[in-house]
Amino acid sequence: MPIDILMPALSPTMTEGKLAKWVKKEGDTIKAGDVIAEIETDKATMEVEAVDEGTLAKILVPEGTENVAVNTAIALLAGEGESASDVSAAKGASNTPSAPKTEPAQGEAAVTPKEEASKAAPAAPAVKAPVAPPPSDEDRFFKNTQTMTVREALRDAMAEEMRKDGSVFVMGEEVAEYQGAYKVTQGLLQEFGPDRVIDTPITEHGFAGLAVGAAFGGLRPVVEFMTFNFSMQAIDHIINSAAKTLYMSGGQMGCPIVFRGPNGAAARVAAQHSQEYSSWYAHIPGLKVVSPYSAADAKGLLKAAIRDPNPVVFLENEILYGHSFEVPTDPDFIIPIGRAKIERAGTDVTITAFSLQVGMALAAADKLAEQGISAEVINLRSIRPLDVHTIVESVKKTNRLVSVEEGWPFAGIGAEMSAVMMEHAFDYLDAPVVRVHGKDVPMPYAANLEKLALPQVDDVVTAAKAVLYR
Amino acid sequence: MATTTRRRAKPAENAAPEPTQEELLHYYKEMLLIRRFEEKAGQLYGMGLIGGFCHLYIGQEAVVVGMQAAQLPGDSVITSYRDHGHMLACGMDAKGVMAELTGRAGGYSKGKGGSMHMFSREKNFYGGHGIVGAQTPIGTGLAFAHKYKKDGCIDVCYLGDGAVNQGQVYESFNMAALWKLPVIYVIENNKYAMGTSQQRASAGELYLRGSAYGIPGKQVNGMDVLEVKKAADEAVAYVRGGNGPMILEMKTYRYRGHSMSDPAKYRTKEEVNKMRSEYDCIDHLKSLLFTKGYADEESLKVIDRDVKAVVTEAADFATTSPEPDASELWTDILVEA
Repeated sequence: MPIDILMPALSPTMTEGKLAKWVKKEGDTIKAGDVIAEIETDKATMEVEAVDEGTLAKILVPEGTENVAVNTAIALLAGEGESASDVSAAKGASNTPSAPKTEPAQGEAAVTPKEEASKAAPAAPAVKAPVAPPPSDEDRFFKNTQTMTVREALRDAMAEEMRKDGSVFVMGEEVAEYQGAYKVTQGLLQEFGPDRVIDTPITEHGFAGLAVGAAFGGLRPVVEFMTFNFSMQAIDHIINSAAKTLYMSGGQMGCPIVFRGPNGAAARVAAQHSQEYSSWYAHIPGLKVVSPYSAADAKGLLKAAIRDPNPVVFLENEILYGHSFEVPTDPDFIIPIGRAKIERAGTDVTITAFSLQVGMALAAADKLAEQGISAEVINLRSIRPLDVHTIVESVKKTNRLVSVEEGWPFAGIGAEMSAVMMEHAFDYLDAPVVRVHGKDVPMPYAANLEKLALPQVDDVVTAAKAVLYR
Repeated sequence: MATTTRRRAKPAENAAPEPTQEELLHYYKEMLLIRRFEEKAGQLYGMGLIGGFCHLYIGQEAVVVGMQAAQLPGDSVITSYRDHGHMLACGMDAKGVMAELTGRAGGYSKGKGGSMHMFSREKNFYGGHGIVGAQTPIGTGLAFAHKYKKDGCIDVCYLGDGAVNQGQVYESFNMAALWKLPVIYVIENNKYAMGTSQQRASAGELYLRGSAYGIPGKQVNGMDVLEVKKAADEAVAYVRGGNGPMILEMKTYRYRGHSMSDPAKYRTKEEVNKMRSEYDCIDHLKSLLFTKGYADEESLKVIDRDVKAVVTEAADFATTSPEPDASELWTDILVEA
């Protein structure tokens, strides 16, 4: 049987084009790979190459023809043992476009994805009722505790996981000999040596990508960014390489990696060094994002992050590093990612916060209590996955929500909280959600302006009273 | 810790054994498979069965076939988005590769990755990366993991003449050299980064781009599989020997456009035709096989038929494999712990 040569598409959006030129003429012998014709659209020209061998038996569409539909037969190719005249006799000189040929075989004609695209996608899990967070027995560990700083808790979490698993290593700028730019990795070099505690050059894009490759290669890197401000140099690898590859590989290529470091404003370092990244990273399917407040959070969550088979963005806070909290002494203490914590129970208003702002919210709750208002403070701990269940259950009780964050408002965590309320707690709300957030400006340097730009305890108090109409 | 002792490949200069008939026929078959596969992919694209971007490797086959011949099992491979040839050379199944191109459930990524994003842990192929240059630090990280695990393996990291101007390539060179990581950077210089020629985009010689880091580089005729293999043997021995990274610049040429919609205005037809008619890697090896009396028209026809059968089977599979189930939309986002 002669083979139809079809009008090819230059792109998925092309439906027709001009047959600009025949390079081969009827009767020519054609080998696979030979250019037989040129086609044109307004965007581009393309050479049509033969895929099959044979003799060009008949040209069905003369050169210069405009508006030739994709998949129209433009010529007939006679195979081995067939002559051009056989083909002409059999097919005639019909210019009628014939159906797409042998590929894919007979009957079961090419079902293109486009035709199938009308099938409805299954509903997003997001619209389902909020699921309970992963179970945790963290409370029982608090029988035996010791006081330690967030800095020490982070260090201990890494050290314990490194003792347990030889594939865990730490890399970043000044993590080894300098003992950490903020002393978080203090002592790790001495215990684990330079093969596992690795000082990198100042090369965030490079070492983040390198660590992703190491994770693909079977290791469990803990990557320290001196601050998350510098992670913008590396964000392509965090998102495109670490977060998306599992999906793009159909589940083959997990990336167990932790990106950690201080996030948000420290003090008086101005706009480039004072940015809060939770909503940036929480936007990305394929990433987990956690942000601890206390030393116990820091230890329990960092251990969970290192054991997690997925990429985890672990947002610390420089100001909190020196703060002390009670931390369970049991080395098995761990906090599953995805569980918020009710730091303070209350009945009149729910206040959600994370990282340093949890302290702000607790201080506000004290002030509100003085005014006879009982605030429930939820420490989110995990930004993605967000513990929607705990937040919604709280709002069912208080009917009011104040969201506190240090970052900017637009498309921020507070915006997400508002959406969560619309989707899951609309009928329970007695007032619109109020967001407390950093002012929508680059961080100023001047002390007075910086203070104005950041959320303060009184802002939280004012917001709580606003949702209570007081 | 158990370390694997590996036979160190001998530098080709010392041994340079004549390639056997079997080896030459293997190279011929591999290169032909890639070419026929890519021609078929171009055809399926033209029929609307492959969508999006599709970057064909036609013309460059000798590079990946020669490199692969010098590697040992366990060595990892990573490349950019012009990746179909690399996957076939790594031994990945043509059916699974083609079905990924058509976005079907039988594809290597279940239809969720497409032409630029395919992987096989089993064959140590780590993608398939769509961001120009991004595979370079990742490949360097695979080399880091080989060294960390002391498994005796190396990484072969391919990048194009366009990627060499990305900053992360030099960040990678620096760390690879500092830490003596076992990685070969294979710069596939096909002369054009999309439509921008090397002369218009890149100052200096590409094989020297590692010299400031002390990384040795070599320029190789990438249109000749035997020259590629010889250079690869030397590089593999050097890198596996713990000497740190090495750069091989393969001078090669792609016959097709950058992707399927290529205006073809940035180079002349005469240039393309000259490369195809005078420097083609398959034609070149074919004449060598004839000269040496290792093959004749008839025996090569048998190979051609075998290759064609593999490609036809791949295309049939790729066009009949079902589309991924709608439930796949929600899978593989996170590994469930």
